[in-house]
Amino acid sequence: MSLDLVANVVVSGVLTGLVYGLMALGLSVIFGVMRLVNFAHGEMMAIAMYAAVVLFAAFGLDPFLAMPAVAASFFALGYVLQRGLINPFIARPEHSQFMLLVAAAMILVNALLMIFGPDARNVQTDYQLESIAIGKLLIDKARLYAAGAALLAAAALFGFFRFTLTGKAIRACADNNLGARVVGLNLRHLYALTFGLGSACVAIAGCAMAVLVEVTPSLGPGYTLLAFVIVIVGGLGSMPGALLGGVLIGVSEALAGLWIAPSAKSMFSFGLLILVLILRPQGLMGKRP
Amino acid sequence: MSRARVLLSLLLLLLLVFPAFSGPYALSVATLILYFAYTGQAWNVMMGFAGQLSLGHSLFAGLGAYAAGALFFHFGIGPWAGVWLAMAICALAGVLIGFLAFRFGISGVYFALLTIAFAEFTRVGFDHIDWLGGPGGMFLKVAQRDQVDLLHFRGPPVMYYYAMLLLAAGALAVCSWLLRSKTGYYWQAIRENEEAAQALGINTFRYKLAAVAISSAMTAISGVFFAFYYNNLFPEQIFNISRSIEIILGPVIGGVGTLFGPVLGAALLTLLAEGITELMQALGWEIPGAKQVFYGFTLLVVVMFLPNGIWPYVAKKLRL
Repeated sequence: MSLDLVANVVVSGVLTGLVYGLMALGLSVIFGVMRLVNFAHGEMMAIAMYAAVVLFAAFGLDPFLAMPAVAASFFALGYVLQRGLINPFIARPEHSQFMLLVAAAMILVNALLMIFGPDARNVQTDYQLESIAIGKLLIDKARLYAAGAALLAAAALFGFFRFTLTGKAIRACADNNLGARVVGLNLRHLYALTFGLGSACVAIAGCAMAVLVEVTPSLGPGYTLLAFVIVIVGGLGSMPGALLGGVLIGVSEALAGLWIAPSAKSMFSFGLLILVLILRPQGLMGKRP
Repeated sequence: MSRARVLLSLLLLLLLVFPAFSGPYALSVATLILYFAYTGQAWNVMMGFAGQLSLGHSLFAGLGAYAAGALFFHFGIGPWAGVWLAMAICALAGVLIGFLAFRFGISGVYFALLTIAFAEFTRVGFDHIDWLGGPGGMFLKVAQRDQVDLLHFRGPPVMYYYAMLLLAAGALAVCSWLLRSKTGYYWQAIRENEEAAQALGINTFRYKLAAVAISSAMTAISGVFFAFYYNNLFPEQIFNISRSIEIILGPVIGGVGTLFGPVLGAALLTLLAEGITELMQALGWEIPGAKQVFYGFTLLVVVMFLPNGIWPYVAKKLRL
């Protein structure tokens, strides 16, 4: 096996991994702030992918140009969903939260199935078949754009949390819940805002992913599991960890597909997850709880 | 005799004579209800009693099914030997997971995700074991269905019904005994406040492991039943996370930690699912996914308005 091939596979794994990372970033932010595991995360991702597909089919809108609109509507949707449905569950035991989100996931995935049917759909743009050659490396243009969009979105989120007052307030909720309440932060609003931001991450990741793979309703549960693996490997609640985890899983999946068997690639990720949970349960970049 | 015992005896009596009056469809639905009641009860030991949330119970159902199934498929050994092997393998797997998790202080959400990870890891792994049929599945030989062959657990549907009734009733009795035993009280102490339990001198590590071992061994039996009732096993199905969700829906909807919650939850959910299917057929709707959407909405409403499950509410109404 030539080194060029391996290098190509690794690069493509890194680029896909960045999109995975953005998706997982949404999960991580939500968990970090309100200690809620979003078991409907992958289903939301599938909906974002369908949004991109539908906008492309109806208006010929390129998924990358559709990103702001999809992200904005996901933000609003996430805000309302948290405020109306999920907020009463924040203080409830984990199995209760799990059940709520599983029910939500079941509704979302099957609503997609009802509306769009089981057939795969895709987006066809001219740049999907093009690639950029750097020496012997061949990089898919679509993958490069997708990774770029994911990086930009992640950078914007980092900036928001670091430099804006609202972002700092949300971090305060995550760091010290009681303290945040004492100083008079509006937790309900901030939690809903966080869920909205997490959903917006998923929206952008979904639009980017729609360019790379075929879209079917059954993608949802797989992406939920993938997002769990990534955030735990990177560190639940850690933002750089989610991106790092995404890249790691992207590369390991690509290499496992190349060296072992494409069907074994998720076994590789779950094996990595088990190792990380046992040896370093806080994840690679997480803080000790 | 208390009201509860009278009602329970009546229910048992009703279930004992049920096959005499029911058609084959009703019998298969009743078997399914008992199957979920039993498996839910097994899960409840770990989560409801000891407070350890497992979202990967399909692992134990699948390992149990494959252990007894492979013994029958390759060596012609019936489930009476296979069930012991299945229980041993599952208890061992449960203890291994529990040991790793509890030794390294993994709890709560992390523990739940670890159980999912093990189940998924095993699912993909079994896809690559050719000896067990791989992704193409393993098919057990189906003998004459109208003859009862107890030795190989082969027979008409009514035999499976009574076997499942025995298991479900037995599990209810065992769990009721467990809950009132010393171990049961230790489990509840751990569930409510693990640190306090430890401070009182309870070896929480050992008792949590015991809960996992018992729960996984019980789930193994349901896996063995599954293998010999349906006669085909696919890793993609039996280890799937949706299977784990199916197992825990009953107890969560019925009432986590209660004895009768898993039974009530299994009955309501199975009847609901079958009812929706019937209704859609009667209306001539054939939209894929519509059934699950309706089912999902029902679950949503129940978890929102009855956070402790339906059974505590019903028990109050029945003054039990």
